[in-house]
Amino acid sequence: MSGYRLARGGIVERARPLGFTWDGRAMQGLAGDTLASALIANGERIVARSFKYHRPRGVMSAGPEEGGALVTVGAGPRREPNAKATQVELCQGLVAGGQNAWPNVRFDLGRVNDVFGRFLAAGFYYKTFIGLGRGTAQWMFFEKFIRKAAGMGSASREPDPDSYDIVHDHCDLLVIGSGPAGLAAAELAASHGLDVMLVEQDFALGGALLASTETIEDQPAAAWLSARLAALKDVRILPRTTAFGLYDTNVVGLYQRVTDHVSSADPALPRGNFRIVRPARIILASGAIERPVAFGDNDRPGVMLAGAMATYVNRFGVAPGRRAVIAGNGDSVYNDAIALARAGIATTLLDAREIAPPELAQAATAAGVEVRSGYLPVEVQGRSSVNGLQIGRPARDGHIRPERALPCDCIGISGGWSPALHLLSHRGAKPVWNAEMACFLPGTTPAGVAVAGSVAGVWRTEDCIAHGRAAAADAVKALTGKKPRAARAPEPGGWANPIEPLWEVTVPGRKLKSFVDPQHDVTTSDVRQAAREGYVSPEHMKRYTTLGMATDQGKVGNVIGLALLAEALDQSIPETGLTSFRPPYTPVPIGAFAGRARDRHWQAERQTPMHAAQVHDGAVWLDAGLWKRAWYHPAQPGEGLREAYVREATAVRRSVGLIDVTTLGKIAVQGPDAAEFLNRVYVNGFGKLPVMKCRYGVLLRDDGIVFDDGVTWRLGEHEFMTTTTTAHAATVMAWFENLLQTRWPELRVNIASVSDQWGGAAVAGPRARTTLQAALAPDATGGDISNQGLPFMGITHARLKVADGEIPVLIARISFSGEMAFEVYAGSGHAAAMWRALLAQVKAQGGCAYGMEALGALRIEKGHVTAAELDGRVTLEDAGLGRMASTKKPFIGNVLRKRPDLARDDRPQLAHFQPVTEGETFAIGAVVCAEDEVKGHGLGWITGATVAPALGGWLGIGFIKGGPQAWEGKTVVIADPVRGAEIKARVASPHQYDPKGERMHG
Amino acid sequence: MQRYSALAVLWGGLTGQTHWKPVWGRPEPKGHYDVIIVGGGGHGLATAYYLAKEHGITNVAVIEKGWLGGGNAGRNTTIIRSNYMIEGNTEFYEHSLKLWENLSQELNFNVMFSQRAHVSLVFSAAERDATARRYNLMRLNGIDGEFWDPAELRRRIPHLNYDQGRFEIFGAYVQPRAGTARHDAVNWGYARAATALGIDIIQNCEVTGFIRRAGALIGVETRRDGVAGEIYADKIGLAVAGHTSVLAHKAGLGKLPLETHKLQAYVSEPIKPIVDQVIVFGGVGHFYISQSDKGGMVFGGDLDSYNSYAQKGNLPVYQNVMAACMQILPCLGRVKLLRQWAGVMDMSMDGSPFITKTDIPGLYLNAGWCYGGFKATPGSGHTFAHTIARDEPHWANARLTLERYREGRLIDESGHGPVPKLH
Amino acid sequence: MLRIPCPFCGPRDHTEFSYEGDATVVYPALDASEEAWFEAVFLRDNPRGAHSEVWHHIQGCRSFLIVERDTLTHEITGARLAHRPTAEALK
Repeated sequence: MSGYRLARGGIVERARPLGFTWDGRAMQGLAGDTLASALIANGERIVARSFKYHRPRGVMSAGPEEGGALVTVGAGPRREPNAKATQVELCQGLVAGGQNAWPNVRFDLGRVNDVFGRFLAAGFYYKTFIGLGRGTAQWMFFEKFIRKAAGMGSASREPDPDSYDIVHDHCDLLVIGSGPAGLAAAELAASHGLDVMLVEQDFALGGALLASTETIEDQPAAAWLSARLAALKDVRILPRTTAFGLYDTNVVGLYQRVTDHVSSADPALPRGNFRIVRPARIILASGAIERPVAFGDNDRPGVMLAGAMATYVNRFGVAPGRRAVIAGNGDSVYNDAIALARAGIATTLLDAREIAPPELAQAATAAGVEVRSGYLPVEVQGRSSVNGLQIGRPARDGHIRPERALPCDCIGISGGWSPALHLLSHRGAKPVWNAEMACFLPGTTPAGVAVAGSVAGVWRTEDCIAHGRAAAADAVKALTGKKPRAARAPEPGGWANPIEPLWEVTVPGRKLKSFVDPQHDVTTSDVRQAAREGYVSPEHMKRYTTLGMATDQGKVGNVIGLALLAEALDQSIPETGLTSFRPPYTPVPIGAFAGRARDRHWQAERQTPMHAAQVHDGAVWLDAGLWKRAWYHPAQPGEGLREAYVREATAVRRSVGLIDVTTLGKIAVQGPDAAEFLNRVYVNGFGKLPVMKCRYGVLLRDDGIVFDDGVTWRLGEHEFMTTTTTAHAATVMAWFENLLQTRWPELRVNIASVSDQWGGAAVAGPRARTTLQAALAPDATGGDISNQGLPFMGITHARLKVADGEIPVLIARISFSGEMAFEVYAGSGHAAAMWRALLAQVKAQGGCAYGMEALGALRIEKGHVTAAELDGRVTLEDAGLGRMASTKKPFIGNVLRKRPDLARDDRPQLAHFQPVTEGETFAIGAVVCAEDEVKGHGLGWITGATVAPALGGWLGIGFIKGGPQAWEGKTVVIADPVRGAEIKARVASPHQYDPKGERMHG
Repeated sequence: MQRYSALAVLWGGLTGQTHWKPVWGRPEPKGHYDVIIVGGGGHGLATAYYLAKEHGITNVAVIEKGWLGGGNAGRNTTIIRSNYMIEGNTEFYEHSLKLWENLSQELNFNVMFSQRAHVSLVFSAAERDATARRYNLMRLNGIDGEFWDPAELRRRIPHLNYDQGRFEIFGAYVQPRAGTARHDAVNWGYARAATALGIDIIQNCEVTGFIRRAGALIGVETRRDGVAGEIYADKIGLAVAGHTSVLAHKAGLGKLPLETHKLQAYVSEPIKPIVDQVIVFGGVGHFYISQSDKGGMVFGGDLDSYNSYAQKGNLPVYQNVMAACMQILPCLGRVKLLRQWAGVMDMSMDGSPFITKTDIPGLYLNAGWCYGGFKATPGSGHTFAHTIARDEPHWANARLTLERYREGRLIDESGHGPVPKLH
Repeated sequence: MLRIPCPFCGPRDHTEFSYEGDATVVYPALDASEEAWFEAVFLRDNPRGAHSEVWHHIQGCRSFLIVERDTLTHEITGARLAHRPTAEALK
């Protein structure tokens, strides 16, 4: 190990060295290190390059506010770009490296941008690359280079190999943050029986206590922390878990890192958990974030937050340098300086305040710190590392007069503290500016959410503890009625001496490059330029300069930016505006939100009970919504779609075929008013439908457009089963429920979905009866499927012979293909056996199973409509179903379907199309045009196209303005420019095949 | 107006960026304007610009409740396309796309319209076939559109999830001229150009009511920095997206065929270029993604189904959107979500907008944008200005009427009917 | 996440429900005028604030509920069964 690891101190495990790789070089750290602390220990100063100017960047903080040390962690498909080194927990074998640089972050050639930085000021890209003349080509030429230069880390192009889980949590109290306030709150609440969850973004619990040398309640901070943790045995404690968002009803989103810190993780474990918590109460104890001050070259590697410096010393046992200057404007820097001095680092403390608080100064001096009050940092010396800091003090005229430079190799900065109230902002709670403490404090919090500790501007540790307990006592009281004893919540404040607001150090006549947002290279002059150009709303300024849009989400720069804008406009901060934050608090992997809904498991796959049998027989499948349906059944391996479907459809026309129709929606409609209900929802009547008969029906939407169609079976006086299309099974069910519960509560009807209870198969073709008859067992009570026993649209019960006995089935004589056909339904458990039994008989008759493509061919030829035609814009008349509409009863949609534009007779209506030249084809989605006008919106469109199994040749179905009666026999153009086709076709009635229906009825 | 150019930027670099003039001022409202546009979003600003530029009407105020461009205009996923198939939409969105193509030069402000192509994936043979109609109609109307078969798609975008997905990718329909632009730049560009033509942009000024005389609207009541005021105008145009119903009630227009819903959008941390085009899909889910010039993946999906005026989102949509993202781009699993936000959408009953004169003399309406408002910005401003200036629609918005719902002449691209959450 | 207090099932995530729009719409008789139907089907109050709305507990008890919710704050102040006879019977 190189010489930046201190000989003692910190809570790292010195007995557990961990090897890791940085930029291809082997290094060593300790258990308990972050990647940032390990890199500092190894003397790595330049660990990143900035976004725009490629300036060298080092570690700037010790937490999620990091704006410097953005690195890439992991390799291959496990590469994670833009990880904050300050939040990466070191583990054995960790691989990490610099990013956004070539060849590496130490010798990045991209630094040339810094030289041209003066030309790349805020918003320069809005003012140039506009291009002369017309069009976007010139901009797009420059854009290519801009895109390559932008971005930070590089993501893998391989799928993320890890999994993520989604976890649903409930609790009485969620405590966010395990610092003094959070620990105290969790302990008190748990001791009164509340079910408490405590979440901490760090891998170690304790928050600020981890780097504290204070004495708390008469114990050293570490001992106090251990005692609290021991008392939390009934609390669900989740370290490595960030509460990233607060949502309606106080639902909280958490991201929990599970295996990132494990060298060889169990592959069964997810990489992380996305947890959704529904707490009854929340205590937000998220602490406060230190902010820097803008001064010259304040982004150089070696400049970091003062508190972070102390954290590296106290928590990680790492020296941020050998000679330090700490510059601040409040009391908190004294402890930081003392920590450094005690670790043997020569430390000078600059207090911007004219008079240093005597007690603090005395303590610091006693610890060996050189204290200089009234001094400010002016400009960093050194380019790729710090070798000095020019300091200055205010002259009488208020301007800063620079003085000599102090030699140093690291600089700690504090411009004050900003409460981490981001989660409140997610719920729209507006923060309130506190001028005295120079920070935004929480305003009114959402009901059920309390704040405790420094997030509320309470600075003293003991006050934070009291605040946590008071907040927990309130939660206990609200949830249980008990009144635990707890001190009153402290008022915000607690610094012995007031902070002196300090945003920027400027020297008249000198142009300093002072960064407000180091990650995005936003400087104070960018902010002033934005103000000068009129971008005076904070949101305009942020967007124009990109301040606060980097991966720290403005944790570092937002408040300074706002203060500088206010200064430029000569108004107060509250007059200028607020800062607001959007979720997530810190970035969360996209994969985590998807959980296991990935790849094949993105959406459920639905299979019918006959699926396996068809798989066994070699069916080729297609997706119909979530369903898998057989597309076609190759007669032998390698038979293609076209060959197969023509063969299958021909078999149905000539002999017999079998198809699985289970996916149709099936709804049981029962009750004394069932027929009345159906009369109201269907365009046609059902009141007079005899028992054991079925009828085709059409549903309209309220607006008069066709919604769905299907066959309704009357199984008893008060008992129906209605079928829907596959696509609308769920929506029709919900629609019926809606009508019965909200519009017609007086109807005595109950409905239930029975879609999954029945498996159905259709036997279709001239030999359908022979086939089915052979499959049926003798049955005394039914099973007569002769034309008299079971006429067209008749229903019968029957018993079907299957491999190991007989099963009860329900048969209806329904035809979608245009042939004699029977739909046979069995309970789902019997459906596979039914399929096998029927298929055996079908094959014995020389037939075959047919799939969706053949079904399409048959229905196109027959002129039946499907979802392809009923696309939500089509009226009854458009679909050729106008005559079905009852004139004797009102029904849903009957009023609005008569609106003027829907009643026009030149609307596109259903028709058949056949190529003029034999052998030519056209495709679905082609547009029907008049011969002399192949442009515009045309006359109509094609919704189905097929080899016509009986009529022969190519046949299409679709729509044409005015309908076939206006066009019959005439020639049109079918244009398909996207696929480069255009042919002539003749229009015909869609009812060319067996127009009288003799084949269905026979 | 101070010209922007590469030379001006060079000069700025040499002179410390001090010569830039303010892009818009902070004008005091006058007592009377020829036209008041309520709503300082992209549509409102564009309308004001075209009123001055095309119709010579410069005594115009744009009144904005917050900061200009702070509504949906500044919180969308910046996709621009004109792949619409129903008459009314087809000509309107193509008119808008044509205006986009020269907008940077027109405004002398780089709006960064990048025609990087809009790639619409299809997940079934049926979807592939049915969608052909849309792209054929585009072609027949002079709009570019093409089909990439699976082999070509794989060649152009190799790292989509071709082999492990729940649904097979059957190719993609592509509009090459479509792309993305920088949303803020559009708002700022219009605001700057409008200001230069003499238009007053009044920010932080809320319209609280309308002033009427003899049935006509003759002005607005306002609250600006907490102080009530009145501004008179001959004509008043509303371009307030999700807040249209609220103002329509105040104006006496009554109920409209609108519901207000929130739509979430997401951006990831910046990464090096990984997605060149705009990639989208619908049907089995709904998802759209592109990569900004800064490197962030900008993406979104369905809206939150319930009525909402809140500019904030909820977790279930995160799950849906990011699962959809992982379905096609599983390489983004370790890329981190940086920011989520939401906009308040004016969802209409057929999914299409209306730009029209109303029955109330002096009141003009521009609303119903659903997801489509950003790409419509130039076309909307251009045709709304025409409608206001001439009291009759431009050919490109002639079909975007309010009467169409009553007449049954719907512009329903999705076929979902009068259910706003589905459009 | 909205949490909807279903009278049968207790408080549940809104993802179990399907949103069905404005509950104040009164659908006219099936043979009412075109104007009455046009208003019911196409026109909405769309308030910014208090809103009565219908939710279908589609992945729960499948009841239609009338939920009182604020469209600006999303606060839910009540939920009752839409089916009046059942609601009466439960009282």
